[in-house]
Amino acid sequence: MAIRATHELHDRRRGRNFGLAALLLAFVLLVFGLTVVKVQETGIAPGYDHVLRPEIVPQGDGQ
Amino acid sequence: MTDLSSLSTSAQTREPELKDFFDLMKPRVMSLVVFTALVGLLAAPVDLHPLVAFAAILFIAIGAGASGALNMWWDADIDEKMRRTSGRPVPAGRVAPGEALGLGLGLSVLSVMMLALAANVAAAALLAFTIFFYAVIYTMWLKRSTPQNIVIGGAAGAFPPMIGWVAATGSVSVEAALMFALIFMWTPPHFWALALFMRDDYSNAGVPMLTVTHGHYATRRHILVYTVLLAALAIGMAFTSAGGPVYLVAALALNLAFFRGAWAIARRTTDDAETDGYRTEKAFFRLSLYYLFLHFGALLADATLTRLGIWPGWAAVFGG
Repeated sequence: MAIRATHELHDRRRGRNFGLAALLLAFVLLVFGLTVVKVQETGIAPGYDHVLRPEIVPQGDGQ
Repeated sequence: MTDLSSLSTSAQTREPELKDFFDLMKPRVMSLVVFTALVGLLAAPVDLHPLVAFAAILFIAIGAGASGALNMWWDADIDEKMRRTSGRPVPAGRVAPGEALGLGLGLSVLSVMMLALAANVAAAALLAFTIFFYAVIYTMWLKRSTPQNIVIGGAAGAFPPMIGWVAATGSVSVEAALMFALIFMWTPPHFWALALFMRDDYSNAGVPMLTVTHGHYATRRHILVYTVLLAALAIGMAFTSAGGPVYLVAALALNLAFFRGAWAIARRTTDDAETDGYRTEKAFFRLSLYYLFLHFGALLADATLTRLGIWPGWAAVFGG
């Protein structure tokens, strides 16, 4: 027969665990949201595909 | 067999609730931190994404809460001797000292790290310094060693608007320094008024507050002097880039009321105060809370007027 714990101690502990779970979930959502915002603020990053791009080669004298 | 009922009835061994850990973070102090940091952040001439701004304020508040938990861990021995603080989670036995220390250290690291990621490294460094200043410089050192404890230690409470500003702009400016100065100068009269009607608390705990080391008469004089200095700063600030017309009106009215309160306190004796239950001192303490809240509200109002193009600044008004 399964033990059915109904003591006030367990209610208190359960409440704390649910509260902590909610806080952790909120933290995960916040970090996810921040990530989305940061990526959007950074803008489109140029793709480097091992092809020489003339616009980023320093311009020397007469070269 | 374990008698579970004995666990729930004993204050020392009771399972802490989430609220007990929240209480460790001094929520009332946190509310002031949130508000002043928010004003610093919103008054800055930089538009942050709302989620970034929310995260910055949240982690500044968590950092402040972490330093509060470290303060309660270290001060548990004196907190239990004072009526005002004996109900705090550690002295009341709701949270073990080690748990308070763990929470304080953990949240300190988390808040600084997350503020660096959400805003910038400068704001995070300032937050780390603030936590260190409050937990180590003030709590562990100044509080028990000098009657100037809250004068110097007041700097810890003055940093939040500066951190908010730096979170938005990435650097410190005159406006941020002025907001810091306003809270720094406000802290001594605010706490000394509290100490006047909590005198037994501090002397019982052996905390060298000015009321304990120099007596009520000297403390009343100190409140008046600091109030005059504060008024000069607060009203003068209205004519800087941080202030504006709303702030000027608010500063004039609030500082007049604050000065009247300080003057009344300076003229009273301990016998007068005992007779009416420290009514004037308690009223001054309450006023000090509104004083800071309304000053920062006015700063935010002027910053908003400037943003909207309604207030052009003093230089434009005086033809500069």
